[in-house]
Amino acid sequence: MKDFWRNFSRNRGAVVGLVVLLAVLILAVLAPVLYPGSPWDMAGMPFAPPGEDGMLLGTDSLGRDVAAGIAHGARVSLLVGAVSTVAALAIGVSLGAIAGYLGGIADDLVMRFTEFFQTIPSFVLAILLVAIFTPSIASIVFAIAVVSWPPVARVVRAEFLSLRSREFVQASEVLGKSRLSIVIGDILPNALSPIVVLSSLMVASAILLESALSFLGLGDPNMMSWGFLIGSGRSVIRMAWWMSVFPGVAIFLTVLSLNLVGEGLSDALNPRLARNRGGKP
Amino acid sequence: MTRLLTVDSLTVALPQGADRPHAVEDLSLHLDAGEILCVVGESGSGKSITANTVMGLLPKTLKVKTGTVTFEGEPMLGLSAEALRSRRGRRMAMVFQEPMTALNPLMRVGDQIAEALQVHGKGGDARARVPELLAAVNLPDPASLAKMHPFRLSGGQRQRVMIAMALALEPALLIADEPTTALDVTTQMQILRLIREIQARKGMGVMFITHDFGVVAEIADRVAVMQHGRIVEQGPAAEILNAPQHPYTRKLIAAVPHGDAAEKAEIRPAPVLVMKGVEKTYQRGGWFGAKAVVRAVHNADFTLNKGETLGLVGESGSGKSTLARCVVRLVEPEKGEILFHGKDLRPLSRQGWLPYRKRIQMVFQDPYASLNPRRKVGDAITEGPITHGVSAAEARERALDLLRLVKLDPSAMERYPHEFSGGQRQRIGLARALAMQPELLIADEPVSALDVSVQAQVLDLLAEIRQRLGLTMLFITHDLRVAAQICDRIAVMQRGAIVELGPTAQVFGAPQHAYTRALLDSIPGRDWTPPALAETA
Repeated sequence: MKDFWRNFSRNRGAVVGLVVLLAVLILAVLAPVLYPGSPWDMAGMPFAPPGEDGMLLGTDSLGRDVAAGIAHGARVSLLVGAVSTVAALAIGVSLGAIAGYLGGIADDLVMRFTEFFQTIPSFVLAILLVAIFTPSIASIVFAIAVVSWPPVARVVRAEFLSLRSREFVQASEVLGKSRLSIVIGDILPNALSPIVVLSSLMVASAILLESALSFLGLGDPNMMSWGFLIGSGRSVIRMAWWMSVFPGVAIFLTVLSLNLVGEGLSDALNPRLARNRGGKP
Repeated sequence: MTRLLTVDSLTVALPQGADRPHAVEDLSLHLDAGEILCVVGESGSGKSITANTVMGLLPKTLKVKTGTVTFEGEPMLGLSAEALRSRRGRRMAMVFQEPMTALNPLMRVGDQIAEALQVHGKGGDARARVPELLAAVNLPDPASLAKMHPFRLSGGQRQRVMIAMALALEPALLIADEPTTALDVTTQMQILRLIREIQARKGMGVMFITHDFGVVAEIADRVAVMQHGRIVEQGPAAEILNAPQHPYTRKLIAAVPHGDAAEKAEIRPAPVLVMKGVEKTYQRGGWFGAKAVVRAVHNADFTLNKGETLGLVGESGSGKSTLARCVVRLVEPEKGEILFHGKDLRPLSRQGWLPYRKRIQMVFQDPYASLNPRRKVGDAITEGPITHGVSAAEARERALDLLRLVKLDPSAMERYPHEFSGGQRQRIGLARALAMQPELLIADEPVSALDVSVQAQVLDLLAEIRQRLGLTMLFITHDLRVAAQICDRIAVMQRGAIVELGPTAQVFGAPQHAYTRALLDSIPGRDWTPPALAETA
């Protein structure tokens, strides 16, 4: 654990990313305290520029506080990112483990199934799913999970394929352990590092997907989200730039810091690779 | 004799946090033209660092602190990259350990050799000289071989190509860093003879790095023995091999498997394991064109009696590991009977196999890969018995007993595998297998990945445990000296079939099959018998 932190903190970008991410998390947690009441309520004059009328980041066309929207939107973005990633991991890890460990026909079937999902443009599929199941936070999470598990399955399968033939797995086999306990007890813990790295990147892409869906008006109508804020400011961007820019910056910072953290995790979990890349010992 | 290379009081620092301050410390050696100097030592003794310093190939993190390297009268340290480059290849060349990765896979072999010539401005007739160079390393049909890509060549052939490339510009100094370690024993002998022959013909100086005293006996004029970055003993080969002075050299030579058959107990025919007509075939391709079929195991019948140790020997790809894995069903053969106490194991289901898992256990080759890095040693040893219904407390008791048996501290239970050395890990692997209290133990090259002194310890331990527990053992090895030392009977495998099977003394004393004779002839240093040395502490 100590080594982990040392390797992680060697990557400065990752530390910055972690700090930004924590800030967003705190903002999300404190949103009801900082901005009590609904973010949909009118708070001041419409089209108030940032700093005027007591509005830190200005107001939108209906006089809603943009800052409150961003704070409450952080809750939705992080929630959607986390939950859909967990769901996608559950699907991807199980299918990848089955394919990689069993091999043969099971592998073929699972991989063809995975490719079926990979051949459909994921955003189009997500739009379709949300449209069919009517926009709600649950259907958005479901749609994002369904379109984002295939890379997980592929990574897990590749890890399992190589770990399966390692001698310690064969030793467990010879000890007579059951398949399930070999998969969960021996192989999975050794395949965790790429999964952890991948999932931090998946949270980032889930946030982007959710924003894109909300931008198109397919967000949960009862939930304020960053994508919705950008979408509603789009038509008036020439006269009220702040309505789109600030939520955009929020998305940008969150996704960037998730990517930085992902890279830092990758460095910390595969220290040898990181050193080679840096050209340092 | 002209002095080719002098290394004087060389010290190379290791980066901070390493297990010792210097990779190489106060090292002095010299090499004359026309001489083969063997640098011997166990892994981590600094022998490769020495070679890389001479070639100017030190990684940037390692710095030369003091000392000089003089090559052909010129100081080498501190030369510019350009000056070094012009000497490398032309005046000094190097052959590496791993022939499989040392060649560019996308370039024809001939082009790679020609490139080596062109780089040094001898490109005019480069292409015409390639076949001649390949012929000089005894490669058959050099003209067509030059047009091949590396993947079509065997390990031995690639190593010859590497040597041809190294010798293309007729360097005065050849550094060979374990050039035969990755090769089979018969190929190794061919390469050793080749190096010796070319060296004698061209009067080169050769610095030959190895860990194998057999190879030293085969090839060396002089020997330098390294330990922890220092040369502890240096002198003519005959002297070092037959009358070593330094305790470390004595210890190393005493650990060389002597190859003498030990006193064998009388074995009564009480078959534990009978293999009958087992066949395993691997197929590749088949969508377009002909299928490539490899018969990994066929005609490999044998009987293993109670209390006996049968050695399966053969080169890589001979099917010995596949055969052993068939016994424990890590590989499923498509034909034949595997009779364990008269019961055929082959048709059993995974569930039906369970009772036999306790009775048949296996020790694996690679101590670094055979233990789960994320599991504590104690858990690794106890999980087998617990799977089979032994209570956790009892399994723990048993594990503690076993750690004592394999001479490890009980505190090992709470530690992770990466905290142990290779030899210790191999003993943990052994304890894990023994925790099941098996009657049949399959040992798949259990000592090949270990240094020679550690190898001797593990072999002694295996012999002792076999005696004490009355184990029956199937022992797989490519090292004939090891096989002779530990096995009652030997089965020689070639291309998936057992070509000779008999008592150890008979197989070694009066080999019947031509392949067995070829194997025996290829044991490096077979004319050298390690001297009987009193044990030194």
